[in-house]
Amino acid sequence: MSLDINTKKAKKNAYRISKVRGVGASRIRVPGGYLKAEILGMVQKIAETYGNGIVHLTTRQGFEIEGIRLEDMDAINQMLQPIIELLDINQTDKNGGYPASGTRNVSACIGNNVCPFANYNTAEFAKRLEKAIFPNDLHFKVALTGCPNDCAKVRLHDFGIIGMTMPQYDPARCVACKACIKGCKSLSVDALRMENHKIVRDEEKCIGCGVCVTKCPTRAFTRSKKKYYRLSIMGRTGKRNPRLGKDFLVWADEDSVVKIILNTYRFVKEYIDPNAPGGKEHIGYIIDRVGFEEYKKWALDGVELLPETIVNQCVYWDGIHYD
Amino acid sequence: MGYQIPREAADQLFGWLAEHYEILAPKVFAGEGCFSDTDVTRYGTVRSLSEIEFDKKSDYSFKEALLPVNETLFYFTEDQETVPAAPGKKRLVFLRSCDLHALKRLDAIYLENGREDFYYKRLREHVLFVLIGCPESCDTGFCVSMGTSQTGDYDLYLKISEETVWADCKSEELKAFFGRLPDGTCAETAVSPEAPSENKETVTLPPSFSEDILSNPVWESYGSRCIGCGRCNFVCPTCTCFTMQDIHYRDNAKAGERRRVWASCQVDGYTDVAGGGSFRKTQSDRLRFKVLHKICDFEKRFGFQMCVGCGRCEAVCPEYISYISLINTLVKEDA
Ligand code: HEM
Ligand code: HEM
Ligand code: SF4
Ligand code: SF4
Ligand code: SF4
Ligand code: SF4
Ligand code: SF4
Repeated sequence: MSLDINTKKAKKNAYRISKVRGVGASRIRVPGGYLKAEILGMVQKIAETYGNGIVHLTTRQGFEIEGIRLEDMDAINQMLQPIIELLDINQTDKNGGYPASGTRNVSACIGNNVCPFANYNTAEFAKRLEKAIFPNDLHFKVALTGCPNDCAKVRLHDFGIIGMTMPQYDPARCVACKACIKGCKSLSVDALRMENHKIVRDEEKCIGCGVCVTKCPTRAFTRSKKKYYRLSIMGRTGKRNPRLGKDFLVWADEDSVVKIILNTYRFVKEYIDPNAPGGKEHIGYIIDRVGFEEYKKWALDGVELLPETIVNQCVYWDGIHYD
Repeated sequence: MGYQIPREAADQLFGWLAEHYEILAPKVFAGEGCFSDTDVTRYGTVRSLSEIEFDKKSDYSFKEALLPVNETLFYFTEDQETVPAAPGKKRLVFLRSCDLHALKRLDAIYLENGREDFYYKRLREHVLFVLIGCPESCDTGFCVSMGTSQTGDYDLYLKISEETVWADCKSEELKAFFGRLPDGTCAETAVSPEAPSENKETVTLPPSFSEDILSNPVWESYGSRCIGCGRCNFVCPTCTCFTMQDIHYRDNAKAGERRRVWASCQVDGYTDVAGGGSFRKTQSDRLRFKVLHKICDFEKRFGFQMCVGCGRCEAVCPEYISYISLINTLVKEDA
């Protein structure tokens, strides 16, 4: 049977062309990895109707329905529609499936929906970002993690968002039990000490993890009303120069983080190698080529940072070099 | 005297009270719970009725209205000591029946246990108590078991809805404020406090325990789970322990202050003595001491149980150590 498939279009439509001729896989994005259980039933139905009954949980917290026949893509797109709507994914053509695949699913740790350490609702922020950046063909990887434990391993992503809180200390409620000091020392960075029976926080050292707040038995330590984020940039895995992301902003607000990511799309459009294979060039390599100073100019354009936000004016990456 | 008042008039009355008194009541502190985006209900100064949390039992008890977490006893310079002035305003403290019963325990410790405590007394004398009713039992309380579910010892009882406020006023001082309400807004009617007739939890204490309970394995089994955080003490309306702190100011060590600060018998340091000794080293020993203080030892001295069954310690323990199950196991095994 002849098979006339525009593979570029299929890939953009979030299908994978597999190693078996005529067979592909359908990829479903789940922002923040957070979904209603009923979607699982819908995924099952697609896998059993058009696939081989197997689903892979992707590293970016999506589903990959295996063993689908490429000629069934239109029919599968119909079945994807309720999933796309339930997850509120931006779409250009109703019943046309996913409009892009370059910008990857925004992944996240479980966050404060469940985890006691988390400093914010990672799923909500992931959804906000997904709404802001998708669909786009540019290859962007964004991940969020609730606290500096970084369970989501966000430093391996182009943008890694780490939740922080600015501990608020009320000496009038403090009973000098030292639970915060012990917690910060054993679980975090040892930023607290006691002077005259009251706590002194080393502001330079504190990473805003919030351990002191969860340990405090009297609510002397509480979380700041504002939520803060550490923005790690340009981490990556891969062939040439895998490396951990480095801090660009510390104590940043949500709006600035969103804006910087959107600005980065403009930067990439301007500077991407026009001959990049498949129109894909990792942002990090573009910055390596263009220079961090130029990137910073674009990234911070029109961004109104909080007065307390620390901007690292020079960012250098190391990592493993194979090139 | 019972009254029924439209909410609007009651809000106005509350405004007058707020001018005259410092009103301390349970209040939701949004975002100030242990975990992000969680709240805590604890005592704070309120200026309007709507700020008060009437529906949910406070996580921390009313005791901080009478026993500040930190209280400066005196300031010292080289040759003088100065006792800080007592708060200028009288206080109105909103609380539930279990907490009003706890007041009797605080009084026993601070006023009837040897010499009267100067600092407690000078605050206590200027406090009026406003009862919040409990139309239903809270989740972890066992006030009915402890005989603390009802009380008549209030100055004022208030029940509120969106439209109406019901009051039972026993204090002459407060009655004067009701008298200021415009004619026709304050209808006299019989009002009696809402109180639960049963709780989800029951604890039946025996008249006394045998000595055997001291070596009951329950202490070790629960104690080995305890992390010694002290939350159970800090939320308890009847824990009255404090420790002393002497502070020498950093830029002039010859001046300073002495404070008393809440202490917890579960936290390291409580039984430390000069010379490096420490009496209750294990959490099991500490748990035994606390529980027996609450349901046995205090009673031997004062003739009534210390614990009022508010259930806060049960609800707050991060290690899910159930004070109620512990006591019930003890009672069963000692029978
Ligand atoms: C075998 C000898 C002694 C023992 C076992 C002993 C034991 C204790 C203990 C257990 C405390 C309570 C500590 C605390 O609650 O933190 C205490 C406090 C105290 N002891 Fe002793 N003590 C001894 C000898 C002395 C002597 C010889 C003096 C004075 C000459 C003394 C003066 C005091 C004072 C003034 C306090 C109160 C300290 C404060 O309130 O901060 N003690 N002692
Ligand atoms: C001259 C000898 C002693 C002196 C002056 C002394 C003094 C004190 C003082 C001042 C306290 C604090 C009481 C309080 O805070 O209300 C205390 C507590 C205590 N002492 Fe002693 N003590 C002496 C001997 C002993 C001995 C021989 C033992 C044990 C064998 C002992 C065991 C304890 C314990 C367990 C406590 C803590 C009791 C509690 O926290 O309720 N003491 N002692
Ligand atoms: S928030 Fe800062 S002070 Fe608190 S535990 Fe974390 S690093 Fe330590
Ligand atoms: S944990 Fe809370 S009460 Fe204890 S020392 Fe730290 S701030 Fe003070
Ligand atoms: S011991 Fe527990 S139940 Fe009893 S009064 Fe204290 S907090 Fe309430
Ligand atoms: S239980 Fe512990 S902290 Fe509470 S009053 Fe008794 S000894 Fe003090
Ligand atoms: S709250 Fe629980 S863990 Fe903390 S000291 Fe009390 S019993 Fe132990």
